[in-house]
Formats: sequence, structure tokens, C-alpha cells
Amino acid sequence: MGRITLDKVTKSFGDVNVIPPLDLTINDGEFVVFVGPSGCGKSTLLRLIAGLEDVSSGQIRIDGEDATNLPPAKRKLAMVFQSYALYPHMSVRKNIAFPMKMAGVPEDEQKRRIEGAAKALNLTDYLDRRPGQLSGGQRQRVAIGRAIVREPSAFLFDEPLSNLDAALRVNMRLEISELHNQLKTTMIYVTHDQVEAMTMADKIVVLRAGHIEQVGSPLELYREPRNKFVAGFIGSPKMNFIEGPVAAQQGAHTIGIRPEHITASASDGMWSGIVGVAEHLGSDTFLHIHETGLAETMTVRVNGEFNLRHGDKVFLTPEMDKLHKFDAKGLRI
Amino acid sequence: MATQHSRSAARLMMAPAVMLLLGWMLVPLIMTLYFSFKKYLPMRGGDLGWVGFENYARFVTSSAFWPSVYTTLVIVGGVLLITVVLGVFLAVLLNQPMWGQGVVRILVIAPFFVMPTVSALVWKNMFMDPNYGLLAHLWEFFGAQPVEWLSKASMTSIITIVSWQWLPFATLILLTAIQSLDSEQLEAAEMDGASAPKRFAYITLPHLGRAITVVILIQTIFLLSIFAEIFVTTGGAFGTKTLSYLIFQRVLESQNVGLGSAGGVYAIILANIVAIFLMRIVGKNLDA
Amino acid sequence: MARAVTTQRKIINTAAAWAVGLAIFFPILWTILTSFKTEAQAIADPPLFLGFDWTLENYSVVMERSDYAKYLWNSIIIAGGSTLLGIIIAVPAAWSMAFVPSKRTKDILMWMLSTKMLPAVGVLYPIYLLFIKLGILDSKIGLVIVLMLINLPIIVWMLYTYFKEIPGEILEAARMDGATLKEEVIYILTPMAIPGIASTILLNVILAWNEAFWTLNLTAAKAAPLTAFIASYSSPEGLFYAKLSAASTMAIAPILILGWFSQKQLVSGLTFGAVK
Repeated sequence: MGRITLDKVTKSFGDVNVIPPLDLTINDGEFVVFVGPSGCGKSTLLRLIAGLEDVSSGQIRIDGEDATNLPPAKRKLAMVFQSYALYPHMSVRKNIAFPMKMAGVPEDEQKRRIEGAAKALNLTDYLDRRPGQLSGGQRQRVAIGRAIVREPSAFLFDEPLSNLDAALRVNMRLEISELHNQLKTTMIYVTHDQVEAMTMADKIVVLRAGHIEQVGSPLELYREPRNKFVAGFIGSPKMNFIEGPVAAQQGAHTIGIRPEHITASASDGMWSGIVGVAEHLGSDTFLHIHETGLAETMTVRVNGEFNLRHGDKVFLTPEMDKLHKFDAKGLRI
Repeated sequence: MATQHSRSAARLMMAPAVMLLLGWMLVPLIMTLYFSFKKYLPMRGGDLGWVGFENYARFVTSSAFWPSVYTTLVIVGGVLLITVVLGVFLAVLLNQPMWGQGVVRILVIAPFFVMPTVSALVWKNMFMDPNYGLLAHLWEFFGAQPVEWLSKASMTSIITIVSWQWLPFATLILLTAIQSLDSEQLEAAEMDGASAPKRFAYITLPHLGRAITVVILIQTIFLLSIFAEIFVTTGGAFGTKTLSYLIFQRVLESQNVGLGSAGGVYAIILANIVAIFLMRIVGKNLDA
Repeated sequence: MARAVTTQRKIINTAAAWAVGLAIFFPILWTILTSFKTEAQAIADPPLFLGFDWTLENYSVVMERSDYAKYLWNSIIIAGGSTLLGIIIAVPAAWSMAFVPSKRTKDILMWMLSTKMLPAVGVLYPIYLLFIKLGILDSKIGLVIVLMLINLPIIVWMLYTYFKEIPGEILEAARMDGATLKEEVIYILTPMAIPGIASTILLNVILAWNEAFWTLNLTAAKAAPLTAFIASYSSPEGLFYAKLSAASTMAIAPILILGWFSQKQLVSGLTFGAVK
């Protein structure tokens, strides 16, 4: 079981209010991602749940029980840190065994769980090495192994992939998702990378300055962002925003249209502009278009073999039913 | 993380160290200040009463004072100049690719671990002795008259001995600093067309600036109070009486405690002026 | 970083560096060599470098005549004792400053450093007087206390620097893993801090071993360590080069060996972390 409820939780450091009153429910077995720009309070929120920081007011309940004042060890949560936080003087085996040793798990049970975790995480050959002798990806897996063997009611991940290179990051993303499918345990995952959020989450919590901007499934956030901030943050490349008369025509202060919802043509269309940089990714091409009279630069996703060059004139047509409209305060209309 | 309970525990854990150092600083300091205003001759009558600032005035007007200041400045300045210049040279040299770098490093650092009395005595007798010293043999080999180092070239001798002791310190610190220089910076400068001497002058040397300052300040603190080297070699004769040595003689040899204490207060003030600069640099680093 | 260097260039570097290295090391080498010569060979003209009859006689003479063992023992007690005492007092202090820092931690550290700048000669007489009053002049315990006090700021600083390097996330991980404060100290902090404590001990033994102001001024026959023993060779024995060399070699050998192991810690230790 791993149902976590935050009830009017606040956190201040001195005079600085990092988390204003915040309510959130995380259901058992859910993969929840906290995402937002750096400094939005997402890590603090995770540490409040972990018990590594004390809440200033409010209540945290785990499986219905008040855990607000429980020390971290008593909350039955496991955490994977950004720096992995492996114990450098212990072998991989001892690192993984450490939480069980602290909990007084019998030796043979420890052994069984270590072997199980090592097998699942491809660490069997490395059990007697020290963390210093492992690659970044392997260290990451040891940290996950150390979390798994505790059989926690929820896993907490604090930007676990940010120290890995791009290729490894994609692999580990898949491994963690796979792990979640196997264990079906609640996972709370903090990241600033919206791609990780979109690909892994059952439920995304978008945070800005300690406030929850929106909670929803990845597709809900993509289709119906509650405001301009969420609209700009979720989706890659970023949504185009257009203000002024064109927006007013639609009865909005700002309209937003995603790059993938615009059709480009060499001959005709609703808007026109000049092609700037074209980024060819093979399957797709991202065109950066200037002099549209709408916004400084418009980004358009076209299919991979689109043949327009730098400086060519281009015509754009948005899919009108995919337009997002926002009022002067940036809220969705 | 830090709760009220852990804070008070922390204070308790710090207390012994803080108390001891506080006592170590205040008790002798107050006593020195107290004596400096007294005429106090332990062997000749003991405490002869308050004399105001007389000791301070007498200390600076005595014929030995200005020569001792001069000697101190020459020794400190000379050793600093030699160790920093040679230290930069050695650091650059040792940073080059070569065979046996580790062994050379060990050879260069060794003098720092030799106790001051040993190095003073070995230099005095085995190298600078005008009859049997190795330098005398060397002079003779080139047909020159051996020099009576410690009496005729006393300052040069002391500066040589002390520089030999402190060169490893300067080298080691500058070498550490030079190794932290990002080699890409040098490569970028090379791409920009800077020649090797220019790269040294515009990239390496400025990078070493901080380390050089630290070397100068720390050495100054230690050099202001060198003692054993003079005690063993010249005993303060032949114009090698530094300010600290003068104070030492006033206090322990001529047992004029009041006068010596006034000198001690001058020395403390002098050291504190240097210390302020050093502390600023260390303090800046502490924030980072 | 790795760039191909011509072999020729490397040969020149090697030759130059070795020449300079040997020149700097030469006084020590010469002392060691001379300690194995007879007195006549030690002052031979021209000087003998290697072509002499090696003898251990000087060592046995020095040990018999001057009670070398007593001085050595004093040095060991004074250097070891002051370091150990300093560590015992400094570990809790550095520990709390590193892990429970407060606004004043930095000020306290800086102040501790400033006590190190107090010139010894300025407080020589008060200490001398206090020692007489307390009856610890020319006693090992007196020197242990003084050397502990002069090195305490360095010990606290070095330990603080090492403790600071233990990442906070590791301690948090241990807490998440269910370790109590006691278990955290036993299983995580202590093993991780031991290398730092060992380096600190090493450097401070060296500093205390070589200290030559207080050891010369506060001791006489009873508690004198090796620094004073060598100073007493100044005259007239100083002119017996072979014996002087044997005595010197014995005084510096232990610390020379220790010192070579502590090279790395030396820099951050002696610059209070200002150069790393």
C-alpha cells in the first residue's frame, strides 16, 4: 500500500515561504511526476514527504496514518538521490544490504533479496565492487537496488537521471518504467525534464513557485493545459504563443498552437513567413520561421523530408480545432 | 535538519576547543600587556612598579631596535623573493611531462620535513664552515678564497638556510595550484596565437596569483618568528638579530621582562597586520 | 590534456627536473652519506662522495654517548601526545561545525585561525612564568599541552575540511535507510572520516616533531626532545661531522618517511583550505 495525502502542507525557510498551503493526493500504485523549472519547490516537496525536512504546518498522511512527525526511517519510503548517495566505503552488496541490516532482516532473507535485486538490475557481477569502481548507470542501479530491497510502500526519486548522459538517460527511463510495471508500487519522481514527465508518469504535477499549476495525466496536460505556463512547459518543441489582433479575432488575449498542429506549405496558407534555421531530425524537421508578423519566431514541425531552405518563403495553416485560447491572466478560456 | 536539540549538543561539543583556545590566547596576552607597563626584572629585584609607556618608548629607542627591524625585513623579504620566484619556476618545471615525476617531487619536498635545528646545524658546519665545509672546498676548487659565511656573509647565509627550508612549501602549493589550471585555457590561448612565454605571463601567472598571495602571507607569519635557525647558527650575532630574537634576548637572556613584553606587544601587532590580510583570503574561500 | 610530447622534450624536462631535485635534496643526501663515514673521511679534502669505507660506528657512538633513546622517546611522547590530545578535543568541535553549522561557525573558525598567528615570542615570558608556577617547566606534559594548543587550530580546520566533504545526501540516505543517529555515526560517518583523521594526525605529528621554539625554550635536561638534542650538538661536537650526521639522520629519518606519505594533505592543511 502506498497512498500519500498532503493536507494544507506549507514550508518556510526563515522568512521565505517555499511551499504555500498545498493539497495533493497520490494514490496507491501511481507513478507521479513532480515537474517544474528549477527552484519551483519540487525537491522540497519530495523531501517533506520523505521526512528529511519538517513541514511548517499541515499534515502528511501515508496510508491514512498521520506521518507528519515521523522520522524518515519510520515512513516505509525509499529514496533514490540525485547523487545516488552510495556509501563509498561499502561494497555494492553491503550498500544494498544496509537498510535491511538496519531493519534487522534475517541474514538469509537479506541474501535472497540482494540476489533478487541484483538479478533484476543486472548487478550480479558487480556485487563485490565498491561504488567508485562503477559507471554512472551502474551506480544508479545500485541506488535503486538499495531502495527495492526494503520493499517500501513508495519510492521517491529526486532527479535520478540528471547525472547521466543522454543515451543512458533514455535506457534508465525505460528501466524505471519497467520496474514500476513489475512492482506496481507507488513512485514519486522529481524532474525538471518534461520529456521524462510525459514518458513515465501516470499523473503529472506541474509546480511553479511552490504552487501546483495543474495535476493530470500526461495527455490531459498536453490537450488541455490549464494556463499558459503549463502549455509552454509541457510539449516539445514549445507551444507557439500569438498575441494581438490575430488572438483577438479568436476572442482571446493569447492563442497558443503547438508546432505539430501547424501545416506548412510552399504555395498557400493562412499566414506567411521566411524560413530561418531548419533542424532535420530525420523523422521530423523543425522549422524556425521569422517575419510572420505574429510572434518573433514560430516553430513548426513538418515531416522529415520537407524541402524548404533558409530564406525561402513559407505558408502556414494552423489546425483551428487544436488552438488553445488564454485570457489576459494566462488562464485557459 | 538541525533541530534545537542538535544545536545545543553542537555547542557542547565545541566548548572544550573554544575554551582552551580562548584561554591560550587571553591569559598570556593579558600577562604580556601587564608586564609591558612594569619595570620587571626577575633576577634584579623583581617587580619594581608601574612605568607607563616607558618600556614601549625604550624598546623603540634602543640602539638594537632599528637594526633588528631592518634585519627582520631583509630576511623575510629575501626568503619570500627567493622562495616565490624559484617556487614558480619549480612548479612549472615539475608540471612538465617527464620520467620519475613522483620521485623528483619527493626530493624537492624533503627539506620541509627536516627539523629546523638539524638544517641549521648541517648548513652551518658541513656546508658553511670556512675550513671543512663543502662550500669552502668548492670555492677552493675554483681557486677562490673560502668565505667565512656565518660571520662575513651572515645575512646571505641565514637567508639561504631558511629559503632551503621553505622552498618546498612554496613549490608544493604552487604546483598544486598550477595543476588546477584548466589545460583548455592554455590551449585556447595557444589557438589565439599566444606564444609560450605569453601564455605563462597572461594565463599561468594570473592563475597562480592567489596561491602566491597565500604562500607570501603564510610564510610571512612563520618567518617573522624564525628562531632556531638563528639560535643555532649565529646566536643573533653578526647583524642577524631579528625583532623576535631581540625580544627573546630581552626576556630570557637579560631577564628584562617589562622591556621584552613591550617588544612582544609590537610583534603581536605586526603579526596581526599580516594576519588580517591572510584571514581575508581564507575567509573568502570559506564562503565558496 | 594528453598531448603527444616529443621524446626529446621529455628527456630535457627529465634531466632538468632531476638535476634541480637532486640539488635541493643534496644537503640531506650529504648528511646521510657522511653519517656512514669515519671522522677522518668526513673532512677529507677533496670530499669523498661514495668511495669510502661504510661504517655504522657513528650511530653506536651517538646512541651510547648522548642518551639518544631518551630524546627520541621525549619526541615521540610530545609529538604523539599533543596530536592525540588535539584530535580528541578537535573531532567533536569540527564535527559539530561541519554537520550542525550555525551563523557563527565561520566566525569561530576564523577566530581559531587567528590564535595561530600570535607570535610565540610575544607570549614567551607569561608561558614561562606559568610553567614555573605550575611546576611543569621541563616536563613532557607541559610541552604536550603547549604543542597541542598551537596546533589545535590546524587540527580543527583540517578535520572541518574533511568532514565538510562528506556529502549530506549520504547522511540523508542513511536516515532514509533506517539508521539511528548512533548507527549513522558508527556505520557511515566514522568509516568515511577515518582517512581524513589519519591525514590530520600525520601532518600534526610532523609539525609537532619539528617545532623548535617552545621545545627549545621550555625544556632542559629532562624533557628535551630531538630538536633540543641536535641544538646541543652546536659546539663543540658539531665539528665531528660524521657523528653530527648520524645524530641528524636519526632525528629526521622517521619524519621524512612520514612526511612523504602526507604530501597531499600538506597543501590543504597548511593553507587552511585556501589552496586545494
